[in-house]
Amino acid sequence: MEQFLANFGLLIEFPIVNLKIILDGVMIGALFALAAYGLALVWGVMNVKNLAQGDFVIAGGYVCWWLVEFGLPPLLGVPIAFIVMAGVGWVIYLLIIRPILDRDLFTTLLATFGLAIIMAQLLNLMFGSDTQTVDLGYDTLYFMDGFIDVPIAKLMGVLMAATLALGVIIFMKYSRMGQAIRATAQDARAARVMGINTDRVYAFTWSLNAAICGAAGAIIVMVWVIQPFYGITHSVRSFVIVTAAGLGNLPGVIAAGLGIGALEQYGAHIFGIGYQQAIAVILLLLVLIYRLVQQRRVRQSLQ
Amino acid sequence: MSKRVLFYSALIIFMIIAPYVFPAFKTQLATIWLMIIVAMTWDMTGGQMGYNSLGNITFYGTGMYVAAIVTIGMVYDVGEYTNAFGGKIYEFTDGQYFTGLIIGCLAAGLVCSVTAVIIGYITFGLRGPYFAIGTLGVAIAAGELVSNWDWVGGGQGIALPIYPGDYDVGKDVFYFLFAGTGVVLFLFSKWLYSTRFGAAINAIRDDEEKAEAMGIHTLQYKLATWAIAAFFVGVAGGISAFQLIHFEPLESAYQTINLGIFMVVCVLLGGKGTLWGPVVGAILFHVFKEVTWNYLLGWQWVALGVLIVVTVVYFQGGVVGWLMQKRPEWFGVRRAADDTSVDEAS
Repeated sequence: MEQFLANFGLLIEFPIVNLKIILDGVMIGALFALAAYGLALVWGVMNVKNLAQGDFVIAGGYVCWWLVEFGLPPLLGVPIAFIVMAGVGWVIYLLIIRPILDRDLFTTLLATFGLAIIMAQLLNLMFGSDTQTVDLGYDTLYFMDGFIDVPIAKLMGVLMAATLALGVIIFMKYSRMGQAIRATAQDARAARVMGINTDRVYAFTWSLNAAICGAAGAIIVMVWVIQPFYGITHSVRSFVIVTAAGLGNLPGVIAAGLGIGALEQYGAHIFGIGYQQAIAVILLLLVLIYRLVQQRRVRQSLQ
Repeated sequence: MSKRVLFYSALIIFMIIAPYVFPAFKTQLATIWLMIIVAMTWDMTGGQMGYNSLGNITFYGTGMYVAAIVTIGMVYDVGEYTNAFGGKIYEFTDGQYFTGLIIGCLAAGLVCSVTAVIIGYITFGLRGPYFAIGTLGVAIAAGELVSNWDWVGGGQGIALPIYPGDYDVGKDVFYFLFAGTGVVLFLFSKWLYSTRFGAAINAIRDDEEKAEAMGIHTLQYKLATWAIAAFFVGVAGGISAFQLIHFEPLESAYQTINLGIFMVVCVLLGGKGTLWGPVVGAILFHVFKEVTWNYLLGWQWVALGVLIVVTVVYFQGGVVGWLMQKRPEWFGVRRAADDTSVDEAS
C-alpha cells in the first residue's frame, strides 16, 4: 500500500512523468484501437463477439516475426501478415463462424473461445512459449533533458496504424464492398432484398477483421513483445474499448483505445507490472457497470 | 417403477464399489465427481435459468481459499503460516484436521453463496453476452488479485496439511466426500426443478420480461439460484483444496480457462437444461480429456479446443438432447401413438 502511495506521489512531484506515461500509453493504445475497430466491425455487422480477437493479433505478430527470422525486412511483414491473416480468417469463417451465425450470442462467445484456445496452443507448439520481439534497429529520440524517450520504432508503429486505419475507413466509405458491409450492418434482410449477397459480406467482414488484427499484431511485435498466451489480454482490451465506445462509433473507438493505453500505463506505474492483466479486466468490469447504470437510468425515464 | 428403482440402485452400488474395483483410478474417479458437481451447478444458472456464466470458477477458487484459511486460522496465524512457506513445520492433530475439513468446506460454501449474491447483485443486470463477459472478468480479476495478496501466500499459494491417516484411505475419503456432495446435489436439483422455484427459473430463461410481468421477482430468483450453485461449487472447491494439498491461485484455484470453461463444455456436451445432461457430459468429457492427455501429449489442448468448437458449433443439443429427440419415451414424453405406461424418469 505504501509502495502504491509512493508511486502515486511521484506523479504529483514530477509532472513530467505524467507526460511520459501518457505518451507511452497513447502510442501503444493506437494499436489497441486498431484491433478494437476490427471487433466493432464484426460485432456490428455479424453480431459475433469474437473472443479470439487477441489471438488473431498474436498470430499476425508471429507471421511477421517468422518472416524476419528468414531475413525479410520487418516493415514488409505488416502487409504480408495482413494478407496471410485474411486467408486464415476466411478458412475460420467457413469452418466455425458460418454455422453459428444465427445462433444465440453465448454460442458465438464459446465457439470463438474454443478457437482462441486452439490458436494459442498451435502458436505455442509452432513457435514455443518465449516472448518474441522484432528489433527495427532505429534510434530513440530524447526530449526534456532525457526525461522523455520516444523510440522511433514506436512512432513508426503509430504511423502505420494510422495509415491502415485510414485505408480501412476510406475502403468502408467509398468501395462497393464497404457500402455493402455498411448496408448489411444496418439491416441484413433489407440488404438481401436489395441484391447484396450477405453471406459474402459476412465472409469478407470476418477476414477483413482477421487481416486488420494481423497487421496490428505485426506492428505490435515491432514495438512491444508477443507471446502465444498474450492473446486473451488483447481480447479483453478490445472488449473494453468497444463496450466503452459503443458500436459504429469510430472516433469513440480511437479515443477509448488511446485512453485504455494511457490508463494501463498509469496502473502499471502505480500498482506494478504484475497487475497489468488485472487492470485490463477491472477496467472492463467498470465499463460494464457504468453501462448498466446508464441502462437503468434509461429504463427509469421510460416508465 | 421397478425399472427405475433398479436403475438407481445399480448406480448407487456402482458408485460405492467403483473405487475398490478400479483402485488405480481413485483420484480420477474423484475428479469425475468434481466435474459432475461443477457441471450440474453451472447448468442451474446456464441451462435452467438461461444465464450463461463464465465465472463460476470464482466460487471454486474462493472455496479453496476459504477452506484453507479456516482450517489454518483455527490453529495458527494465517499470515505467519503462509510466509513461512516450507521454512517452519506446522503440525496439525487429527482432530484439528477433520474439524478443519468439515467446517472449512461448509464455510467455503456459505462464503461463496454470500459472494454470489454480492457479485450477482451487480452482474445480473447484464443481459446475454455481457453477463458471460462480465462474470469471466470477475473470475480473472479475482485470480489476479488473490495472486498479489501476500497474506494468503500470493502467487505461491497455500499448502495444507497432508491427510493424517493412511494415504490410500485418504483417497477413499476424498472420493466419498466428492461423491456424497454430488449425490446430494443431484437429488437436491431433481427436487428443485420439480418445484415452483424450478418453474420460475425456467420462465426467466424463456422470457425474462414476461416472467417479470407475471409477478416473478426475477432478481431474487436469479440471486437465489446463483447462491445455491455457488454453495455447492464452494464446497467442492474446499474438498479439492484438501485433496490437492498444495494449490496456487492462477493455475489451480482460479483456473479460468481450465475448469472454468470445462464445466460449460461438459454441460453442452451432455445436454443443456436437462437433469442428466451435465452428469453424462462430465463423464464423457473427463474420459476424453484423460485419453488425450495420455496419448496426444503436446496436442492435448488443441484437441480440447477442437472438442469445444465441434460441440458448440455442430452438436449443441448434447448427448441427452439428442437422445430426447430420438427416444422421447425414455424421458416421460408421451408419443401420440403409444401412450401406454409411461416411465417418469428424466
